[in-house]
Amino acid sequence: MNPFTYQRASDATGAIAAVAGDEHAAFLAGGTNLVDLMKLHVMTPSRLVDVNAVPLAKIEASRDGLRIGALARMSDVAADPDVAREFPVIAEALLASASPQLRNMATIGGNLMQRTRCPYFRGDGWACNKRMPGSGCAAAQGEHRNHAILGASDHCFATHPSDLAVALVALDAVVRVRGPAGERSIPLRDFHRLPGDTPHVECALQQGELITGVDVPASDVAINSRYVKVRDRASYEFALVSAAVALKVEGGVIADCRIALGGVGTKPWRIPEAEQVTRGRPAAASTYEAAASIAVAEARPREQNAFKVELARRVVVHALTTQGSTR
Amino acid sequence: MDHETERSAGGVGLPPSITVAVRLVVNGKPHDLALDPRVTLLDALRTHLGVTGPKMGCDAGACGACTVLVDGRRVNSCLMLAVAADGKSVVTVEGLAAGDDLNPLQEAFIRHDAFQCGYCTPGQLCSATALLREGVATTPEEIRLWMSGNLCRCGAYPNIVAAIAEVAAEGVH
Repeated sequence: MNPFTYQRASDATGAIAAVAGDEHAAFLAGGTNLVDLMKLHVMTPSRLVDVNAVPLAKIEASRDGLRIGALARMSDVAADPDVAREFPVIAEALLASASPQLRNMATIGGNLMQRTRCPYFRGDGWACNKRMPGSGCAAAQGEHRNHAILGASDHCFATHPSDLAVALVALDAVVRVRGPAGERSIPLRDFHRLPGDTPHVECALQQGELITGVDVPASDVAINSRYVKVRDRASYEFALVSAAVALKVEGGVIADCRIALGGVGTKPWRIPEAEQVTRGRPAAASTYEAAASIAVAEARPREQNAFKVELARRVVVHALTTQGSTR
Repeated sequence: MDHETERSAGGVGLPPSITVAVRLVVNGKPHDLALDPRVTLLDALRTHLGVTGPKMGCDAGACGACTVLVDGRRVNSCLMLAVAADGKSVVTVEGLAAGDDLNPLQEAFIRHDAFQCGYCTPGQLCSATALLREGVATTPEEIRLWMSGNLCRCGAYPNIVAAIAEVAAEGVH
């Protein structure tokens, strides 16, 4: 690890002021991703501002929806009875993430900020436009079985690794942010950026802006939601493909539907076109097949990750079928 | 302590860093340290305090050999900076027994021969201790899922699962 100075913040204002004026400063929350990447010299902040003592860990469910503090731990959110009952896709996505030890450490805000698991990003000595802008992309000619089939550019096709973000984007979550200029809200669908020709610019946050929480609006579909994750082993592994779905079925007809994919996109991947095709149609296999085909219609796979197109299609059908049949 | 801290954590060619005052309560005993902020909780325990039960395996949060309980919750001590654990209670495998009296989980591990090389055992025991307190798992399938943060590659899993299942069934934790 490179040397850095360390300071503890007791409130958000102090933390933001300490990071805002220093482009080499970073917030430390759970640290599970940041400390790992600092050991690898992928992230090299010269100043860490520890925000763990900032009071932002509340989990509150109300008639308006769910409000999760940015410093709530993944394990606590997953175990929250209101979350498990009214927003099952969130609890399921969290419990499908990482390990119990990591979930005890990692925070909700940090989860949204985690970096890709692309081995060329994590490994020094490889070309990576995300780690070293302009150096190229070693994955294009190298190992890319786990890489994205949606949202890629010639400069980068690394996947976004979060399960939680896939569940949250399906439920129209909003990220609450506070910075030197005050507070603002960013819909999660706009929070993560497509790589384009600037893959190192990964999200909408400005230097010094601190995620203070995530709001999930109340909806008819959230209570009938689920998360399906397919991976190379049964637990403690990142997704090859995952799907967050939510359905509202009335009299055998789909009134509302949400579909988002993980493991296949360069950001958490919501698919409004696939959702749209289901509305007003019967909650039946033909509808789910139609939605799933649209979900992967824009896929642009490469040699090693071509299998993800069919896998993603089947995961969407499976998630919708099992969720639809519970109504 | 300061000089030693700088030399061990700074490494060759790096400037000495400013140390930070840290209090760790390890297995009930408070320790006041002055640490380079780069020192992980795992390194503070092993190198600075001589508490060598927690093991360094992958050093990346993947293997679970470094698992300890911080304020009662299991964490990967290799990914937690010691300065971020300031003021917290840390329990390592050394703190699970009452002196020479092993706890029921440790007894069960011996009874079921839940070791092979034993390197991962301290982390497995800390993780399993937390698992029993969490009360989330009793069946072998659930125990495997909730112990998946402890990746043992030696094939001792069936015996580890059997030991945990036995203590979970006794409900004595």
